[in-house]
Amino acid sequence: MTTKPVALFVTCLVDLMRPRIGFAAIRALEAAGCSVVVPEGQTCCGQPALNSGDRQHAVELAKQTIAALEPYAAVVVPSGSCAGTIRCHYPEIFQHDPQWLPRAQAVADKTFEIMAYLDEICGWRPEGVTLDAKATYHDSCSGLRELGIKAQPRRLLKNIDGLTFAPLADEETCCGFGGTFCVKYPAISNAIVGEKADAIDASGADLLLAGDLGCLMNMAGKLHRKGSKVRAYHAIELIADMGDGPAIGEEA
Amino acid sequence: MNAASADNFHARVDAALADPTLKIAVERTAGTAEAKRGVAVAAFPDFEAARTRAAAIKDHVIAHLGYYLEEFEANAIAAGAKVHWASTASEACKIVVDICQTSGAKSVARSKSMLGEEIGLPHALAEAGISRIETDLAEHIIQLADERPSHIIWPAMHKTREQVSALFKAKHRSPHEEETIAAMAESARRELRTQMLGADVGISGANFLIADTGAVCTVTNEGNAELSLVPPRIHIVTAGIEKIVPSMPHAIHMLRMLARSATGAALTQYTTFYTGPKRPDDRDGPEQMHIILVDNGRTKMREEGLAEMLRCIRCGACMNHCVVFRQIGGHAYGGTYPGPMGSVLTPAIDGLKQSRDLPNACTLNGKCQEVCPVRIPLPTLLRGWREKSWREGLEPTSMRWGLGIWAWVARRPALYRLGTGIALWAMQWMGKGGWINQLPLAGGWTRYRDLPKPARHSFMAQYKKDHRP
Ligand code: SF4
Repeated sequence: MTTKPVALFVTCLVDLMRPRIGFAAIRALEAAGCSVVVPEGQTCCGQPALNSGDRQHAVELAKQTIAALEPYAAVVVPSGSCAGTIRCHYPEIFQHDPQWLPRAQAVADKTFEIMAYLDEICGWRPEGVTLDAKATYHDSCSGLRELGIKAQPRRLLKNIDGLTFAPLADEETCCGFGGTFCVKYPAISNAIVGEKADAIDASGADLLLAGDLGCLMNMAGKLHRKGSKVRAYHAIELIADMGDGPAIGEEA
Repeated sequence: MNAASADNFHARVDAALADPTLKIAVERTAGTAEAKRGVAVAAFPDFEAARTRAAAIKDHVIAHLGYYLEEFEANAIAAGAKVHWASTASEACKIVVDICQTSGAKSVARSKSMLGEEIGLPHALAEAGISRIETDLAEHIIQLADERPSHIIWPAMHKTREQVSALFKAKHRSPHEEETIAAMAESARRELRTQMLGADVGISGANFLIADTGAVCTVTNEGNAELSLVPPRIHIVTAGIEKIVPSMPHAIHMLRMLARSATGAALTQYTTFYTGPKRPDDRDGPEQMHIILVDNGRTKMREEGLAEMLRCIRCGACMNHCVVFRQIGGHAYGGTYPGPMGSVLTPAIDGLKQSRDLPNACTLNGKCQEVCPVRIPLPTLLRGWREKSWREGLEPTSMRWGLGIWAWVARRPALYRLGTGIALWAMQWMGKGGWINQLPLAGGWTRYRDLPKPARHSFMAQYKKDHRP
């Protein structure tokens, strides 16, 4: 079997808050026949700086990330918003820089959100995974609107035996995370995530799934504060057969 | 420029969030609009292609604004109208007031126009001692309550039906008795009709200016524009220069996009084209028609990277679908225009210094861009304002320092691993179980929600340990 070498861009939140997502990504990619490398030079894609208007730091972090990722044939990211930053915003950042634009574009073209990569590029499906649970899915905004991530996670999750789905009202509505928005305007963010948490509870699901750790932390944090029993996972954890481990906020 | 500028955004947000009636009122109207738009768009053959065409029409006229404005001016004059040019809000108001005073007008009937709000026309008329009656039902409500519009399509969106009923009972000369919509509408009609018909001047905005005929198009759902613009002796139009379209077929295309995006209707109930004043053999119509073409920062917006914003046809879809608008309502934005489009426009009109919160108070979720009928990249334009604000040093010091330190460390991977390792280690002693419910420097987060405890060891540290050769 030929192996496809791919670089995993871990994202700073996954690196620090929930490494399991990174290991789940490696596990799923290897099951799909890829050989995974984790490039050393990576830290943060620069999205917080970019979205705060701090152009200079966004440019510096983008250059560093491009340099770290360009030796590889493909780059896979377990986050729609970080993948979106690399795919959609890097070429924008360097649009007037003839030196860096081709490099940014090349990296953008070979960067994929993990579930889109597994589904569309590898044509892979999880096999022999069983989990008796009822899940609901939140479509995180950047993945949904910048990258068109919608059907891919659902196609992958459908292959898990025993997993059923509860529809989430307004599943495409933002959860109010918005990166630094949630700390700059906490009261508005809270009002938004409060409605989201109510909708999640009302769905009757035991599990909340999504493809972005930032949004998941926001929703899970609100659910926990309001005493909800719904447990939250990154979808890739279930897909990689790691759905029996601790949910977000549960001790290992 | 505006009386209530956008500073002190936080205070207005807190007040809005503390008002449960506001939430109910906004949700009713925006929720209905969202649902109706969804149905209308799904039934529209190839809506995506229609959006692309609408954007292209606007881009074309914005790029050749001078050409089409001159064509419009020539044709409007040929039709008998008088065309005035105003580069600022105060110039525009002065022209209106001068026309009223020269002709000895005492009262004006106004048909809803956001541009009128933008240039502060109600205030200018009051200062000149000219009585004004708002003929749009929602604007009438706003006038009675002495408030400002909170939405560009439904100016009184922030009020519930119950509140409006109470207001009419208190202010109408012969108020309604029953609590029904019909009774309330009848009461407003009684109140407004006589005043409308007695006005000396009718003032309107324009939804479109049609270059090849010199016609002005207005749309309303109540027919109040027709009633307030035809009987008076003088009709004054104040219109932003970006309202121009080349010809009638273009206007029709834009109208289809506007109505569906705004209310989900196929077409607005009343769509009227006014071409010049009354002609000798016409039975009715104004004796004079004045058209004031207002710049008020638009040319500058085009030059300063906001040309795409000039495509806006004021449909309100972006705010109806905005999670932030739906929580805080329109008044919290502080400018004339609320929601995502307002957050792009207000800094251009009122200045960035006092409205820097607006482009920041957005999750960049992209829903507004998804629904905008003219494909305005609102998140990108908001990001542009954030960059300008950062460059000009308007962002809070805490943010600048926080991000600066983060970026500085993130630029040095070895130091980053060391630093984050120490931070993770320190955070193990916080909170209980897997959660932290109080965190220094992150009060914004933990005031409202818990924070999952970070990992004991980062992914990178664990990965390296396992993969050491
Ligand atoms: S920005 Fe787009 S969606 Fe918002 S009011 Fe203007 S045209 Fe409508």
